[in-house]
Amino acid sequence: MLRYVSRRLVWAVPTLFIVTFLVFVAIRIGTDPVASYLRLNPRASQAKIQQYKEVNGLVGTIPQQYFHWLRHFVTGDWGRSIKGSRPVWPELKNALANTLVLGIFATTIGISVGLFIGTIAAIRQYSKFDSVASTGAFVGLSIPPYISAILLQLLFAVYITKWFNLSEPLLPTSGVYPPGHSGFDPMLRLKYLILPATVVAIQIIAVYSRYMRASLLEVKNSEYLRTARAKGISEKRVLVNHTMRNALIPVVTIAALDIGAIVGGLIITERIFQYPGMGNYFLTAFENGDFPQLMPWMVFVVIAVIMFNLLADVLYAWLDPRIRLD
Amino acid sequence: MTDLLHTAEALTAAPSAEPTADELEGLNVESVSPARMAMRRFVHHRMAMGCLVVFLIIALFIILAPWTARYPQSHSLPPIDGQSSFVSPNSKAWFGTDELNRDLYSRVIWGGRVSLFIGLSVALTSSILGTITGAIAGYVGGWIDDILMRTTDLFLAFPLLVSLLVLRNMFAKVHQLNWLFGELSSIRFIIVLLSLVTWMGVARIVRGVVLSLKEREFVEASRAIGSKRRRIVWRHLIPNAIGPILVAMTTAVVAAIVTESTLSFFGYGVDPSQGKSSWGNLLEAARGTVQSGYWWIALFPSIVFIITILCINFIGDGLRDAFDPKQDKGRA
Repeated sequence: MLRYVSRRLVWAVPTLFIVTFLVFVAIRIGTDPVASYLRLNPRASQAKIQQYKEVNGLVGTIPQQYFHWLRHFVTGDWGRSIKGSRPVWPELKNALANTLVLGIFATTIGISVGLFIGTIAAIRQYSKFDSVASTGAFVGLSIPPYISAILLQLLFAVYITKWFNLSEPLLPTSGVYPPGHSGFDPMLRLKYLILPATVVAIQIIAVYSRYMRASLLEVKNSEYLRTARAKGISEKRVLVNHTMRNALIPVVTIAALDIGAIVGGLIITERIFQYPGMGNYFLTAFENGDFPQLMPWMVFVVIAVIMFNLLADVLYAWLDPRIRLD
Repeated sequence: MTDLLHTAEALTAAPSAEPTADELEGLNVESVSPARMAMRRFVHHRMAMGCLVVFLIIALFIILAPWTARYPQSHSLPPIDGQSSFVSPNSKAWFGTDELNRDLYSRVIWGGRVSLFIGLSVALTSSILGTITGAIAGYVGGWIDDILMRTTDLFLAFPLLVSLLVLRNMFAKVHQLNWLFGELSSIRFIIVLLSLVTWMGVARIVRGVVLSLKEREFVEASRAIGSKRRRIVWRHLIPNAIGPILVAMTTAVVAAIVTESTLSFFGYGVDPSQGKSSWGNLLEAARGTVQSGYWWIALFPSIVFIITILCINFIGDGLRDAFDPKQDKGRA
């Protein structure tokens, strides 16, 4: 196992180089940093432009520029954003923290609720609950996040306040804290988290209830359950120790992949709710053609995906004794 | 007359007559092709059939837009009850009007044209591309297979929206590809862009099916009698993979419609100022009016959108069950 993990980790390094190089080329072709700079500083002199180019490593061929970027990135010199010339790392760090809060909160709730619904649906296969849950999952999957976000905003920003004659909206529909707020306030933070988390959770619930149901039904008809029952083990123990345990194996590995995707995956929700996370960070940087901000973002996303892919494989082998990694 | 008698005799004497093999088994054998069996199973999938009907109605409304839409595309209505923008639903505009006093009902229908056209075109191109590369990669293997799998892995490392936005900017700058992409923000550009990322999903599915099929006895038999590679792929592998391909196509339609509207929602999709708006453009317009509480702008396009996506999803589900009954874990 250790050998497998270390081999995969060693492989991750060249993969990371290749992927970052391809992304570097793609972004450099797509957005010209000098043009972005000129758009934001229209009256920059020739000397200023030249200085900007040298500072950001925009001289020479694309591979030369890539290695310039890489050298600085590895040594921790991540440069400054084109817009506002602010250091890249502190903003990225905040965005990452915000996204992790939202993502982990929503994913935890989503997966727990999804697994619960899926379990009941599988135990009571063909029941009313099962068909409602199945249809519900399909509806949930068919609602893109921006639609649920808009409808929730409409409901909470305007209509609930109007219908119940409230003095202020029941739940805030944008941001992390009210304007001008400083310091940490867990209750207020939670209140601002509810709507974006709901949007993210709807999809997760839909997906995981389907996974769990399918996985449980697969296990339910297996021979070892019959053996367990024949041995006289109580039905509750059969369900928890034998059925659930085995049904969760594929679900856990998929969850690992999904958690890895959180880092870059909440773009739509974050943008609509003005939530200052990684997704919002990416879109703003993309709109400004802010090259120094985009590259570290990409690196974080790729590292997260590679690491959680590895985690999923390791978890799978660890949970399922039939699988051997070597 | 004697003939008739003869037949009557034969009929009455039937029980004592030598029974045929079928009668012995008590079966009335009628040969049913796999396609027919799949068709039957699909028809019995109530949800899928219902959704097919609803989808066809929506599609019909959209195709017949010149007759079903009440007003021409981008037509501003004269003031209704003295109001010249954001009029709530009324008899002149069933779904209300937007900021330019355009009838939302007509806009939803016209928008459906753009969205469905994009969805179907992308699904078609990506399933053709995906089937061919997937079949080759699965059957021949080698470097084609490696390239396919690695490229897909590369794209899976990023959120779809990120890949699309980066590729969009990139292809807009590569002038050598202008003949293929056309104008940035045109419908054609979106179709090519979306096809470029969706075909890989189809290819992966076809590859998987081909990998498992090529070890089967009938393929081996075909190889044994000297069939050429191309014949095996076209005559045996692809026809047997048609079910998964169809299912992948429905997934591709949904993915294309949703992705296009996501792009348009953020202003990177179809440019509405060129005269044609997609559903994504309508939803983008809704986003700006949420705080003012013009509920109809958000609600009606959303409902039509969700129903359409839901129906295609259910049709795909029905197809999956129809082509692969073993997979059916007893869906209600």
